[in-house]
Amino acid sequence: MAKSDVKVLGSWPSPFVMRARIALNIKSVNYEYFEERLREGKSELLLKSNPVHKKIPVLIHGDKPICESLVIVQYIDETWSSGPSILPSDPYERATARFWAAYLDEKWFPSIRTIGMAQGEDARKAAIAQVEEGLVLLEEAFGKCSKGKRFFGGDQIGYLDIAFGCFLAWLRVTEKMSGIKLLSEANTPALLNWADRFCSDAAVKDVMPDTEKLAEFGKMVIAKMRGAAPPK
Amino acid sequence: MAEEVKLFGMWASPFSRRVELALKLKGIPYEYIEEDLSNKSPSLLKYNPIHKKVPLLVHKEKPLAESLVILEYLDETWKNNPILPQDPYERAMARFWAKFIDEKLLPTAAKVSHSTGKEQEQGVEEVHQQLKILENELKGKEFFAGQSIGYLDIVAHVLFWFYSAGEASGVNALTTEKFPIIYEWIEKLIKIDAVNECRIPKEKHQDFIRLRRESLKSASK
Repeated sequence: MAKSDVKVLGSWPSPFVMRARIALNIKSVNYEYFEERLREGKSELLLKSNPVHKKIPVLIHGDKPICESLVIVQYIDETWSSGPSILPSDPYERATARFWAAYLDEKWFPSIRTIGMAQGEDARKAAIAQVEEGLVLLEEAFGKCSKGKRFFGGDQIGYLDIAFGCFLAWLRVTEKMSGIKLLSEANTPALLNWADRFCSDAAVKDVMPDTEKLAEFGKMVIAKMRGAAPPK
Repeated sequence: MAEEVKLFGMWASPFSRRVELALKLKGIPYEYIEEDLSNKSPSLLKYNPIHKKVPLLVHKEKPLAESLVILEYLDETWKNNPILPQDPYERAMARFWAKFIDEKLLPTAAKVSHSTGKEQEQGVEEVHQQLKILENELKGKEFFAGQSIGYLDIVAHVLFWFYSAGEASGVNALTTEKFPIIYEWIEKLIKIDAVNECRIPKEKHQDFIRLRRESLKSASK
């Protein structure tokens, strides 16, 4: 890999890492990618660059580490300002994109994870309902933000596309494992089409993990968590 | 002009006070609407249907929710008295620490405020660790933002909550002995008019916390 003064510390199943990589791809920034083997323990570089949270992704630009995926995406947008813009230019549209990104991280993605971890049919159904409710809201948001164009960001992938699209692989794994279509023609036709466009975009396709591979990984994680949980 | 900006807030909410502080520092005229959170107004529910929370800013009829999102919007719309730094790396650092405060420190502080006994002790331990990490960011600086008050000071101003809550939570997690640098920073902050105008009234706040602890205790019986 060519040496670059931009490095990304990541882990292939992580949607948060994907955000950083997609943003760098949009800006055509060359970077070195370091896969953290998290099961074997965290690398020196990770612990040194993110002592507060010890988590990936970390972007290292020169000798400066930047942590937290959405903070990283904004940093990339502001630093490589001559490339295509990631955040919209209008302040209200920026606020809308940030609002939905926060919603995704604080409410929506945790409910996706709950589906996988849920103990019992009732808990599972409740988690699925929450995800579906969220998707209806996001379908509406897509209509407002895209204004008839291909992405939340308009003609090109933008901040909210990245913030949401990074979860598509896990969404597909969840659909596979639960046997339920979360994105559907009936309920979320716009998002269904957007998802395909997002995943085939040049900035995305090489960093989006394969659904099968991710499903295997997911099964292993759940088995580990269930195995580790005390008997009820 | 004042009717252009409305802020729906609540006097004891540090998130709501944070937005008020930013509005005052930037000299943005606004109309303030006090929400009774046990009886939310139809306007609040209409403008913030997803979270139904304060603070809610409405600018020219367009609603904005989530305090950190609102702060960035204010800075981008009213360019005078900027609160975020110009440099992308410094902006990234300010945003990183803002997230740390909201996602780590505040939930732990809430735990301390609402619990008793062993659970509270553990909470206090955690809060101390987090405060120590945060205090590091103040070393050698007048304010978190440098020479003058900025975004991270506005976000961190929620530490006032600890400062005024004090013993009302059953324990004082933020003491001058343990956190002299944070205390110095608070002393500097309260000399600023805008900050003083947004302070949560101490006694009213302490009563509010005591009442909440009582109701949580009786709810769990």
